[in-house]
Amino acid sequence: MSQRITIDPITRLEGHGKIEIFLDDRGEVTRAYLQVPELRGFERFCVGRAAEEMPRITQRICGVCPTAHHMASTRALDDLYHVDPPPAAHRIRDLFYSLFMFEDHTLHFYFLGGPDFIVGPTAPAAERNVLGVIAKVGLEIGGKVIATRKEARGIMTEMAGKAIHPVFGIAGGVSKPMTKDLAARLQESAPGFVDFAAFSLQAFADIVLKNQAYVDTILADHYLHQTHYMGLVDEKRKVTFYRGRVRVVDPFGDEVAIFEPRDYLKYIAEHVEPWSYIKFPFLKAKGWKGFVDGPDSGLYRVAPLARLNVADGMATPRAQEHYEQMYATLGGKPAHNTLAFHWARLIEALQAAEVVEAISRDPELLDPNVRRLPTQAPDEGVGIVEAPRGTLIHHYKTDPNGILTGVNLMVATLHNSAPIQMSIERAAKGVIHGGKVDDGLLNMVEMAFRAYDPCFGCATHSLPGEMPLVARIHDNDGSVVRTITRGGEVPELGTGS
Amino acid sequence: MPEKPKVAFYWCASCGGCEEAVVDLAEDILKVVEAVDIVLWPVALDFKKKDVEAMPDNSIAVAFINGAVRMSEQEEWVHMLRRKSQLVVAFGSCAHLGGIPGLANFTNKAEIFANSYFDVPSVDNPGRVVPLEKSGGNGETLTLPEFFDTVRALDQVIPVDYYLPGCAPPKDLIMNAVTAILTGQLPPKGTVLSPSKAACDVCPRKDSKPDKIEIAEIKRITTSIPDPEKCFLAQGYVCMGPATRSGCGERCIHGNMPCRGCFGPPDGVYDQGAKFLSAFASLLTAKTDEEIDALIDQIPDPAGTFYRFSLPTSIMQRKRTRVES
Repeated sequence: MSQRITIDPITRLEGHGKIEIFLDDRGEVTRAYLQVPELRGFERFCVGRAAEEMPRITQRICGVCPTAHHMASTRALDDLYHVDPPPAAHRIRDLFYSLFMFEDHTLHFYFLGGPDFIVGPTAPAAERNVLGVIAKVGLEIGGKVIATRKEARGIMTEMAGKAIHPVFGIAGGVSKPMTKDLAARLQESAPGFVDFAAFSLQAFADIVLKNQAYVDTILADHYLHQTHYMGLVDEKRKVTFYRGRVRVVDPFGDEVAIFEPRDYLKYIAEHVEPWSYIKFPFLKAKGWKGFVDGPDSGLYRVAPLARLNVADGMATPRAQEHYEQMYATLGGKPAHNTLAFHWARLIEALQAAEVVEAISRDPELLDPNVRRLPTQAPDEGVGIVEAPRGTLIHHYKTDPNGILTGVNLMVATLHNSAPIQMSIERAAKGVIHGGKVDDGLLNMVEMAFRAYDPCFGCATHSLPGEMPLVARIHDNDGSVVRTITRGGEVPELGTGS
Repeated sequence: MPEKPKVAFYWCASCGGCEEAVVDLAEDILKVVEAVDIVLWPVALDFKKKDVEAMPDNSIAVAFINGAVRMSEQEEWVHMLRRKSQLVVAFGSCAHLGGIPGLANFTNKAEIFANSYFDVPSVDNPGRVVPLEKSGGNGETLTLPEFFDTVRALDQVIPVDYYLPGCAPPKDLIMNAVTAILTGQLPPKGTVLSPSKAACDVCPRKDSKPDKIEIAEIKRITTSIPDPEKCFLAQGYVCMGPATRSGCGERCIHGNMPCRGCFGPPDGVYDQGAKFLSAFASLLTAKTDEEIDALIDQIPDPAGTFYRFSLPTSIMQRKRTRVES
């Protein structure tokens, strides 16, 4: 008798994610599916809108990373109108974007993923949140966590109107120059951001790296996929978030492609499956080979570890030290350990803070010339930035009046959709045998996708707390044979947002 | 100790920005957590659908629901939450008005599917596969929730007691609403929990607004640079202030960008877009029909701008689908 296991609901992705596992009559896994039952249709309903409105419309794809969509959209408008912003506008955007990466990555560490291991894997769920973190690390540090995020977002609000759904991006520039007062505030706060990021890396070293059980988990085979990687690099092929070229490396770390945003369609395409609203991107040169890893598969991964894997190094000195330490610990580059995404995320937070500090002292930041007016009619434009969760592509076509006639969006989590699917199935096949299902299974399955920090449809977002999984085992007729609720916890380093 | 009031948070078709707005309460979130017992917050806490199903009807003091209703699963959830809750608050523009996802009412399911799965340039789908509500076979049946043709605001699906406007709602309004509910000092049902004055009346640029605005040319932000001190309308930019409720803190204006109306219309105005159209048309200096037409033609995407956040709750609600006879 064949069986089905349904993991539904996955609370932190409520209404947006469901796992189905099928067993054969011996109780072995035949297939596993992570379904994304959500679609909003931005690409279609943005057609007919005015191009200049796109940074303010498309950021409503995700209120957690609105800055990423706002910036990808603004970069697409630069390209659409064939206009390069003045230096000060680039500085302001890069500064704003770096502030965002810093606060989003550190938010993840303290508010979202961190509680899972700072508070402890077996702590009661009610304590596994930022309040539990404060209880564990002390009020002083807890207060610093809240104050640092508040300060970063306060500056963002001053710069761009709002931190949730900023408004300042315009083709060829930004709506507001930097004021002297705000620059002074930035110069005062920025060293604290750098210290805070460095402190967070130290906390990671103390809590995770000194715990052999955590290190073993990071290095476990279950969480290892040899895939291609994709991410933006700057002109020196260092990690960058706001602008650059897209580089792709193979599972051996060798460059297989490097391209300008405009050329993305030559390199990647999307596959469709009938059982999920999400699509599955792959490298065109390899073709769609299904949900398999290895050098012959077209599957690639994005997000923090992928960005570090594709780059020749970090763009700032202190982050570079940690970069070297990470690869030394993981046994070289590229690293394929899915759970190392969490480490890479903190190294990126440090780079972002260092960039904020450097730009805050750049005299060019205060230049009031932050707009360049387009001189050509709009036609087609592509903007690519690195969102916290990976490469984000906005591609617009317009009529000569700047009214959208075509929109294509490839969001960060989308690129990881096939690897996540593959990880689910691998974890399920690895742990379910003879039809036996228990807490362990649910933990393993959970870890297989949480490490990706998934943000399905870029519409879902996670905060601390236990990831509740309920597995229902069905028989052929669909009636429930058994229900299992997860009790135990896992040494999990991060969750989706 | 008396039992704390039970509070539920839920999200439908939304972006997560409303959840971020709650996190942005920073230290104030601790006060809220102390005063209430949160029984559902999928984004944060480990409570499941069956836990809520098992609760007696009306046992939740207040449910804050954000997002528009776009999928069948969301519709099922909000009906259940209505049964279990004494008060339901539509939280944020999407639940209040339909919001940005409501722009999809300019199109429909068939067009959205064709675009997403066949037409966009990155898609490689020779077999013309589309996601199905039911797929698989041989005992491996997979299901997906239904994607509706039309996006609805929350009160088009269930009765709503209060509305907390904004994309996302600002901190002070969230805290005011929570305080009012906790202390039982509530205004009449149906109230939008923000001042009913128009945004123009409290705009930091209102002193620069002439007694009579005359617009002879429509400006666009990409091709012109606005004066950062002067009323946007007086400069010829479309700014939704006259048809928009205040209370937002004029955040977009502080960002030197015109209002797009996320707070919805003031009290007594049913259709925000129509209200804006009449207000805006009265400012145009054009005299003859030809001049009026020429000026109107300069407005890029009037429907998608005037109804940016409120299409599902407007008089027209959606673009009509032609029925072939």
